[in-house]
Amino acid sequence: MKGTSLALLIIGGLFLIFGFWGCNAYNGFVSGDQGVKKAWSNVETNYQRRSDLYGSVIKTVEASANFEKSTLQSVVAARAAATQIKIDINDPASLQAYQQAQANLQGSFSRLIASFEQYPDLKTTKAFQDFQTQIEGTENRINVARQDYNKAVEDFNLRVKRFPGNIMAGLFNFTEKAYYEADKGSEKAPDIKFNIQ
Amino acid sequence: MRITGYLILSFLLIATTAAAQVDKILPERPSPAHLYNDLTKSSNFLTKAQAEYLENSLVSIDDSTSNQIAIVVVESLEGYTANEYATALGRKWGVGSQAFNNGVVVLISTGGGDGNRDAYIAVGYGLEGAIPDVTADNILENELIPFFKEGNYLEGFKRTIDALKRAAAGEYKQQRKKRNSPEVGIPSIVFVLILILISILSSRGGGGTMINRRGHRGWTGGTWMGGGWGGGSSWGGSSGGGFGGFGGGSFGGGGAGGKW
Repeated sequence: MKGTSLALLIIGGLFLIFGFWGCNAYNGFVSGDQGVKKAWSNVETNYQRRSDLYGSVIKTVEASANFEKSTLQSVVAARAAATQIKIDINDPASLQAYQQAQANLQGSFSRLIASFEQYPDLKTTKAFQDFQTQIEGTENRINVARQDYNKAVEDFNLRVKRFPGNIMAGLFNFTEKAYYEADKGSEKAPDIKFNIQ
Repeated sequence: MRITGYLILSFLLIATTAAAQVDKILPERPSPAHLYNDLTKSSNFLTKAQAEYLENSLVSIDDSTSNQIAIVVVESLEGYTANEYATALGRKWGVGSQAFNNGVVVLISTGGGDGNRDAYIAVGYGLEGAIPDVTADNILENELIPFFKEGNYLEGFKRTIDALKRAAAGEYKQQRKKRNSPEVGIPSIVFVLILILISILSSRGGGGTMINRRGHRGWTGGTWMGGGWGGGSSWGGSSGGGFGGFGGGSFGGGGAGGKW
């Protein structure tokens, strides 16, 4: 009699501990998952900000009739392409495609800026200097957001892969998330210089 | 396919840890905390009297507007860009309050030679609206750099913090909580546990023992305050005159830089 009640108590206790630990682990995954999503949305926000900035330049340039059209068109096309990408942060391939599209956009925009060399009047305007500052700030923000995202992913993935969390992760179907690679060379400040005197 | 996936993953892991390493080379948060921090070897970027003057004006801005402007002078950025360094430093030290992220880091590097030394104004999340990058850039170019080039550092700093203060005004104003405020950042569960413990002890003691109210107040106001850095609970001693400490604010990469 006494033995059975003791055994029941131990089993009950084990259930309680296991349940408690399970809930804890599950909640940890959920909040980690939310953290990654939040960090990613911050990355996207900053890319959007850059895209908007590009957009305002495109508008200004479009207005001047004698501007070289092909360079401009490639920027417009790259910008449109970048907005087409559907992102799933559980899928490394989609992140890579997104990164590629953003890198293309930045590249074609740099070429557009380079073609401004022929328009010295344009480069020296206050509006243009301000634009340069804004674009640098935005690139910096993209860098920070990207690092934050990768940090969030690293934390989450460690949680998912480490023992004993991996048992729970398997049970609740939480899988590793994909890192976001930096644009080639974008770890340093962007190479957009207007040579303003 | 799977193997390449793993390879890419592990490569990226290395890439990310490299990016996070800026934290390791950053100077530790000074203790006691100061708003003007000359971290050069000889600590003589400004004279002692000038440094004290600057510290006092920074503290008074902190007291009156709660916006924290921290000035940091270093000899080298250790190969990082000024933006990376200043942003990471602002985060590590927690400049600004945790609730409003209203901190600004003015970073000066003395290394690099004439015309190639870095100056950077990093703006916390909460002040990005009031001090956009263009404004930070204007302040740097018009108020700081011209005077730094002449060697008149104090004047450059004075004008810069004045401009920053004016730019930030209106974005957020809040009276600082006084030290005797009852809500100190103690985890309430600890408090409850201690209450339970005391009630158990006192009931065991044969009854009649009352919980000593005075004793409690002593705890909340006293001992636990000393431990609090960063968690948003560390606004001690604003009435004491000195700087009360950083509040755990965060930075998102906003700001602008220049060379002097």
